[in-house]
Amino acid sequence: MSRPELQAPPEIYYGDVESKKYTNNTRVQQIQADMTYRALELLNLPEDEPQFLLDIGCGSGLSGEILDEAGYTWVGVDIAPSMLAEEVALEREVEGDLFLQDIGQGFGFRPGSFDGAISISVLQWLLNAETSHPTSSPPHRLTRFFTTLHSALRNPARAVFQFYPTSDDQVQLITSIAQKAGFGGGVVVDYPNSKRARKVYLCLFVGDGGAQVPRGLEGDEVEEAEEDKVKFEKRRQREVRRDRSGKRKDVKGKDWILKKKELYRRRGKEDVPRDSKYTGRKRKTIF
Amino acid sequence: MVRLITHNLLACHAKNCNTNNFPLQLKDVQVEQREAEFNPDFLRGFMPRIEWKALVEAAKQVGDTSLPLEQPEMLDDEFLKQLHHVLLEIHIDEGALVCPNCGHVYPIMNGIPNMLLAENEIG
Repeated sequence: MSRPELQAPPEIYYGDVESKKYTNNTRVQQIQADMTYRALELLNLPEDEPQFLLDIGCGSGLSGEILDEAGYTWVGVDIAPSMLAEEVALEREVEGDLFLQDIGQGFGFRPGSFDGAISISVLQWLLNAETSHPTSSPPHRLTRFFTTLHSALRNPARAVFQFYPTSDDQVQLITSIAQKAGFGGGVVVDYPNSKRARKVYLCLFVGDGGAQVPRGLEGDEVEEAEEDKVKFEKRRQREVRRDRSGKRKDVKGKDWILKKKELYRRRGKEDVPRDSKYTGRKRKTIF
Repeated sequence: MVRLITHNLLACHAKNCNTNNFPLQLKDVQVEQREAEFNPDFLRGFMPRIEWKALVEAAKQVGDTSLPLEQPEMLDDEFLKQLHHVLLEIHIDEGALVCPNCGHVYPIMNGIPNMLLAENEIG
């Protein structure tokens, strides 16, 4: 199935059914929690000081619970009424104030209201135009969002957004608009080489010119998998390569071709042929 | 679930509504009191961000007149407790927020204000 943001606008996609599914799914809960902890880590707030945060796209309050736990006072905004209703209905005992708001329309918060902002899996929803009205175009909505957010934050402050971009162009668009709005900072990618664990965070600074963009987490996921393997794997592989008859196996067999093609695809090379049942097969002798 | 702490930060964000758009007036409000944890450090840190006049005004509109008209310089415990009550324990459940400048009405339902704008009101 295609990505949710391509199917319908958020307030419709997260209707009663979908928001219930989303909120009650333990896997979603786990992922959301992990990403919220990571986002808080990237926010790098001073310890032991009570802070006032903005949760953009708070949904049914999965991330809000964690903010409560960590002792922060927060305000949440979301565009899906069902998600917010879910939060109220469940009486998840969240402390934050909630707003039904389209972030693409901008915020009305007074300048310097918040010590920081987090947003989990939201920004990609701003990248689709729902109507042909000029205020509905993604650049306009992003501009409005980032400029009003920039003024709502204190100086210095940080904002961390986890999001799912589909292409580098999208990342480019978002970062360039954020820069125009006055933010510093950039993109942090966790586990860049892992398909499943890869997570993209946009880490923006207000003021605080000297701050470095934090580095993404690397390798952990893959290393774990390798540790599980038995040692002397190399030698064993070398032995497997030899046939029982003692002959060496064909080096450039089907496996080798598939491996190479996969490698090229990963490197982003264009025109790598598809894999099919003909891949690496011998031609008939007639030819 | 709108508390006065957020009301104190909220201005109208409709198109061309840039002056005199704060504070939003409270209309036909139903309030509920819910106890919250008292955190003096948070309040002390938050004091500079408060628009005092707007807060006193809003508190009056929801029927609480315990706050002094002028922002006191000394922050003793008793005052902080009062402030805590006004800022964090009064929840507005139903009603509306009205912009004093453009008259835009943001209805509050089930404690959630609807801040959505129509297409022609987006800045």
